[in-house]
Amino acid sequence: MLGSSRRAPGQLPASPTAFPPVMESLDPRGRIIVTLLLSITFALSYGFLTLAVGLLAAIAATLFTHAGIGKSLRRLVPVNLMVLAVIALLPWTFDNVFDGGFDAVRFSPERLWLAVTIGLKANVMVLWTVVLLGGIDLITLGHALSHLRVPEKLIHLLLFSVRYQETLQGEYRRLRRAMSTRGFRPRADRHTYRTLGYLIGMMLVRSLDRAERIVAAMKCRGFRGRFYLLDHFRFSRRDACFAGWIAVFLSLVVWLEQT
Amino acid sequence: MMETVVALQGVSYAYASQRVVLADCSLQLRRGERLALTGSIGCGKTTLLELIIGLLRPTQGTVEVFGSARTAESDFHEVRQRVGFLFQDSDDQLFCPTVLEDVAFGPLNQGKRPHDVRQIVAQTLQSLGLNDFANRITHQLSGGEKRLVALASVLAMQPEILLLDEPTSGLDYESLERVTKILADLPQTMLFVSHDRSLTSRIATRTVRLTHGRLETTGEATTSSK
Repeated sequence: MLGSSRRAPGQLPASPTAFPPVMESLDPRGRIIVTLLLSITFALSYGFLTLAVGLLAAIAATLFTHAGIGKSLRRLVPVNLMVLAVIALLPWTFDNVFDGGFDAVRFSPERLWLAVTIGLKANVMVLWTVVLLGGIDLITLGHALSHLRVPEKLIHLLLFSVRYQETLQGEYRRLRRAMSTRGFRPRADRHTYRTLGYLIGMMLVRSLDRAERIVAAMKCRGFRGRFYLLDHFRFSRRDACFAGWIAVFLSLVVWLEQT
Repeated sequence: MMETVVALQGVSYAYASQRVVLADCSLQLRRGERLALTGSIGCGKTTLLELIIGLLRPTQGTVEVFGSARTAESDFHEVRQRVGFLFQDSDDQLFCPTVLEDVAFGPLNQGKRPHDVRQIVAQTLQSLGLNDFANRITHQLSGGEKRLVALASVLAMQPEILLLDEPTSGLDYESLERVTKILADLPQTMLFVSHDRSLTSRIATRTVRLTHGRLETTGEATTSSK
């Protein structure tokens, strides 16, 4: 049963954690839906206890992922840099700057509390996303989304971006090298801006050319505007069990929020 | 004499920039032939291949494939099911994230069932010595590997004719040898563009040269490695 719903390239080497990394063996479609449900629930919650329970549960859940607790928590660092900025700025309020000058700026404890709540919410939501979706590679994510009836165009955009990012980067590097071998050093002058403009323009033109060649190649293989999927995910008993746990957890969160 | 599978009759082509690349070209490809098309860079060899598969339409003349004239886009749908086209830059051809999906793309478009497609993919990869490649990520392959996977994606559609645009260009010696050997062993009728003399001399049964928009048959050696 384990891994029957997953694809080989997404599988990461097992890390030596005490708990089995069951998260990665769950159906990606279920994980995406659960992420959405939890995000909405916590976005609408304001109780400190609710959010604290949510955070602790998310931390506990990291133990069941390949990444483990340390790596998962490290992914919160960028979020918290922003949260720090919010906490540093939000509590300061100024009622009437024009009358009182800087004396009018005052510290508001309620606003500090609000900033902390925002920070807590952000952490809960991001950590749950890391736990649930962090182990899915982009390609599997694209397939799962298409099974969830997300518009095909958006998914193709995602998958083509994944595929051609490196090709475009290679093109950028080649152009950049061609520029620097002829002595180009970026400065703050018109020549630099014009040259960088040419670089971006050239990349756009080349990308367009490439896109046309790709469509031609696809047509040659019988493409008529529709993609067929080879892989199908399977909803297993393990997923049903997971859904059950999530339902209990969600009820608890809603109950906490209302009392 | 074998049946004629591709016939170009008095075909001309000019780009929007008015540059005439093909002028009154006639060409016949018979079943079982391996026709090499040579000529200097930018002389219109790729354009000629693109006319046969319907990516471009001639400004004059007629294109006949498998015995029927092809003019509209819908005429070429059948052609593309039966004629494989290998692009010069494999990055243009391999657009799926993984090798498996890329090789499966053509057969799925042909309406084959996923289970059968998996089998076709496995067989095709194996026939090209790419056994463990199914789950590899396409953009991480080397140049030679990309070319072979692109060839696999074309062969998976089980085409009767192969149009190959410089199948050995930009490859290192080892990959070049490998691709040449694979092409020499393929049973399909071929029309290929190449500057690679060793490839031409080893697999071509006939050579045609394109100069200044006109085709001329050269009396080159008509060896076949078969």
